Amino acid sequence: MSFDRTLAEIRFGTGLSPRLRGPRNIDDMLRRLRGEDKAAKRYKIEPYEDFAERLARMSEQLRLRRENRGKPEGKEAEKQIAVEKRRARKAQHRWLWQTLRRRAHTQDGLRERLSFFWADHFTARGKVNIMKRASAPYVESAIRPHVNGNFADMLKAVLAQPVMLQYLDQKYSMGPDSRVGLLPASRKKGRGLNENLARELLELHTLGVDGNYSQTDVFELAELLTGLTYTPQGSFQFRGDYAQPGAEHVLGVDYGGGDATLADVHAVLERLALHPDTARHLATKLAVHFVSDAPDPMLIAHLEARYNSSGGNLGAMTEALLEHPAAWSPEPGNVKQPIDFVGSALRALNVSNEAINVNDWKRIRELVAVPLRLMGQTWEEPVGPDGWPEDDSAWITPQRFAARVGWAMSAPTIFSPSLPDPREFVVGALGTRASDEVLFAARAAEDRATGVGLVLASPAFQRM
Amino acid sequence: MAKLTLSRRSFLHGLGCSVAASPFLTPVTFASGNWDNRLVVIILRGGMDGLDVVRPYGDSGFSSLRGRAAQAEMGGKDSPQDLDGFFALHPALSGLMPLWQAGELGFAHAVSTPYRDKRSHFDGQDLLEAGSAAVSGIARDGWLNRLLQSYAGTTSETAYAVGRGDMLLMKGAAEVANWSPDAGLYGLSEQGARLAEHVMQSDPLFAEAFAEATVLSDETDGAEGIGMSGESADEAMGMMSTNAAKAGKGGGHKQIAQFAAGKLRQDSRIAAFSLNGWDTHAKQDRALLRPLNRLGDVVSTLKNELGTEVWGKTAVVAMTEFGRTAKLNGNGGSDHGTGGLMVMSGGALRGKRVWTDWPGLDEASLYQRRDLMPTRDVRAYSGWLMRELFGFDKRLLETTIFPGLELGNDPGLLA
Repeated sequence: MSFDRTLAEIRFGTGLSPRLRGPRNIDDMLRRLRGEDKAAKRYKIEPYEDFAERLARMSEQLRLRRENRGKPEGKEAEKQIAVEKRRARKAQHRWLWQTLRRRAHTQDGLRERLSFFWADHFTARGKVNIMKRASAPYVESAIRPHVNGNFADMLKAVLAQPVMLQYLDQKYSMGPDSRVGLLPASRKKGRGLNENLARELLELHTLGVDGNYSQTDVFELAELLTGLTYTPQGSFQFRGDYAQPGAEHVLGVDYGGGDATLADVHAVLERLALHPDTARHLATKLAVHFVSDAPDPMLIAHLEARYNSSGGNLGAMTEALLEHPAAWSPEPGNVKQPIDFVGSALRALNVSNEAINVNDWKRIRELVAVPLRLMGQTWEEPVGPDGWPEDDSAWITPQRFAARVGWAMSAPTIFSPSLPDPREFVVGALGTRASDEVLFAARAAEDRATGVGLVLASPAFQRM
Repeated sequence: MAKLTLSRRSFLHGLGCSVAASPFLTPVTFASGNWDNRLVVIILRGGMDGLDVVRPYGDSGFSSLRGRAAQAEMGGKDSPQDLDGFFALHPALSGLMPLWQAGELGFAHAVSTPYRDKRSHFDGQDLLEAGSAAVSGIARDGWLNRLLQSYAGTTSETAYAVGRGDMLLMKGAAEVANWSPDAGLYGLSEQGARLAEHVMQSDPLFAEAFAEATVLSDETDGAEGIGMSGESADEAMGMMSTNAAKAGKGGGHKQIAQFAAGKLRQDSRIAAFSLNGWDTHAKQDRALLRPLNRLGDVVSTLKNELGTEVWGKTAVVAMTEFGRTAKLNGNGGSDHGTGGLMVMSGGALRGKRVWTDWPGLDEASLYQRRDLMPTRDVRAYSGWLMRELFGFDKRLLETTIFPGLELGNDPGLLA
């Protein structure tokens, strides 16, 4: 079992395209992945730094409203707040469509898949106001640039992201004995330490829940993380006056002790990134996501070893994944998540860039966002910080699968008014994987829409 | 909008299914005996703060831990409601006071699963739903499913997992129906459905999901099922959207309760679903209102929709993965804790009681000096409920359904 052109696109890319030629070999895959990020350049998603300008404008209008209650200036501010909210909501839908266009037209599908995987690993979503719309910018800035780099760098980028700091309640966490924490006003308000980010950092982001850490480590880490916050304008800020004084003892090592600095936090993140439990945890997750709910233990061990020997380099771990024979087993693998399914369907249909106007957010909602929700994947709103489930059976329940079938039957006609002949479509969409049953159904369907829909709904297309 | 009524029999027959082999045609065999009772299990995801929902205001430690919530006046419509001179109910649930008065509402306090110390939602929920004794031995099936496996007379209609979420609680070898009231096979013609069945047959996961979707889509009120070949693609997508919007507009939980009640009025005996939103790390005086309102809505909807007779045979139990810290944190919220609260309701209940072996709230009495000390296993209450509702054997409960559990004293849950 080794490299296969069909599998390379289906399992490690965003699906087969009738137009674009997939990679010729593993080197070709890696060359594309390590080269320029063409999809991001062509289909732009606002980086977080730009999104912060929206937050700054919003913060200003909120101030004006607060200071001018009942006055015309207050009313005007109210209007501007509504405008900003509407714009952000539209933008969120635009970025969803851009995400799908990337998947439909990329020649470097592995990059899309890795970006999604690591974004899911670091699941975060804003909880208040327009920050709820900032998920795609967060991923664009903190995750995507690091999918080939060192895990420690991704970790540092994520912990400097206001979306994450808000999501896991770090923003207001302060040391009880910090300069601000000791102020009478803070005491009165009962401000203090919040453990949420520290706990998930150990449980989800690094060591894993089976890792070797204790409640004391969580607590000490929470104290060490105090100071990570952001300004009302949405820019990251390290506030020494929030930081708990004194050294913290995490997993047997002391950090800090002098004036609190961001360097102390970075020191613990670097150590956590290189912890052997982290290697094991990340290797397992990567194998489960790309290969199987129950991957070959040899594959996990191989990834883990490469992670360790490369000093926690994610590009090296990805290369190890592609070179292992267990990754190329020809049997259909994991069930596609809804975003994979919709993206690969648009790719197979060769949907044009203009199929939906990128600013027509209502259309994007109806044709993509609502269907994703019905398939169980409300876009950018996973239930918890552990992200989307990997278990195949979580996705293929009757109600969720019904939504996939419904979308497969109806959406293609809307995206591509001149639908392909199902007999040709089945070959383009499934390549060597088309089974006799699917070939028969594509031939026997009463109309093009049903034929195309059956191909898309078939297990051969639904699996990776 | 011609809705083609495809009976289960004709549909499956048309596909060449052997009628005898079909899981959907198993005869209903539990018309008598204990299987006339109904059970609704609600998983409250996120860790409900039991100390805020049922407040031990009679404990002298409470006010120092909870400040404002402890000082609230009692009795008004938007105030905490005194339950028994020691505990008071959160104002957001005051609408349920008539049920309390009627003995149809009760609570078990200071309870927890055997899960300790790491306080992870995900492990905590897995343990709660698997009914296992420890994380290391988490079963791959849920305890409600094992309960079904232990009873010979169950059919595909006996138990429903309702909603779009996924529930370990109901997973396992026994057949359980899964459906969400807003789902449907939009835009699929009858001929398309037959070919789809053919395409799915080689992959059991897809074949089973599709077969069940076909039958349920046809039955669900409101959503159109198979046979809409006359509809344009745009209309079909529009319908998908509209139905989803209806379910999403704050009424999703009521729809789920309605759907569950509809099934329980007929052949179903067990229904389970989840309510999210309990992870109140900040400003919980506000954050807790929405999930509590939903819980109240769900209980009221079940009571109304089941009707007096069936409600009289019903027990509803809502449980969560863990309680929260006894003291509020720096953001007016609470962090993951240990001992928590179980909510019980139903016409079958002998309620108007807070079952508890109260541990006290002074620092030395807290678990690890931070959380409410659990004094009883939630599984003991679930176990006694199963035993009283359906007559399950004590040994079976302690070994198969809840391995490693000691049921202990009978709390006398049912009337």
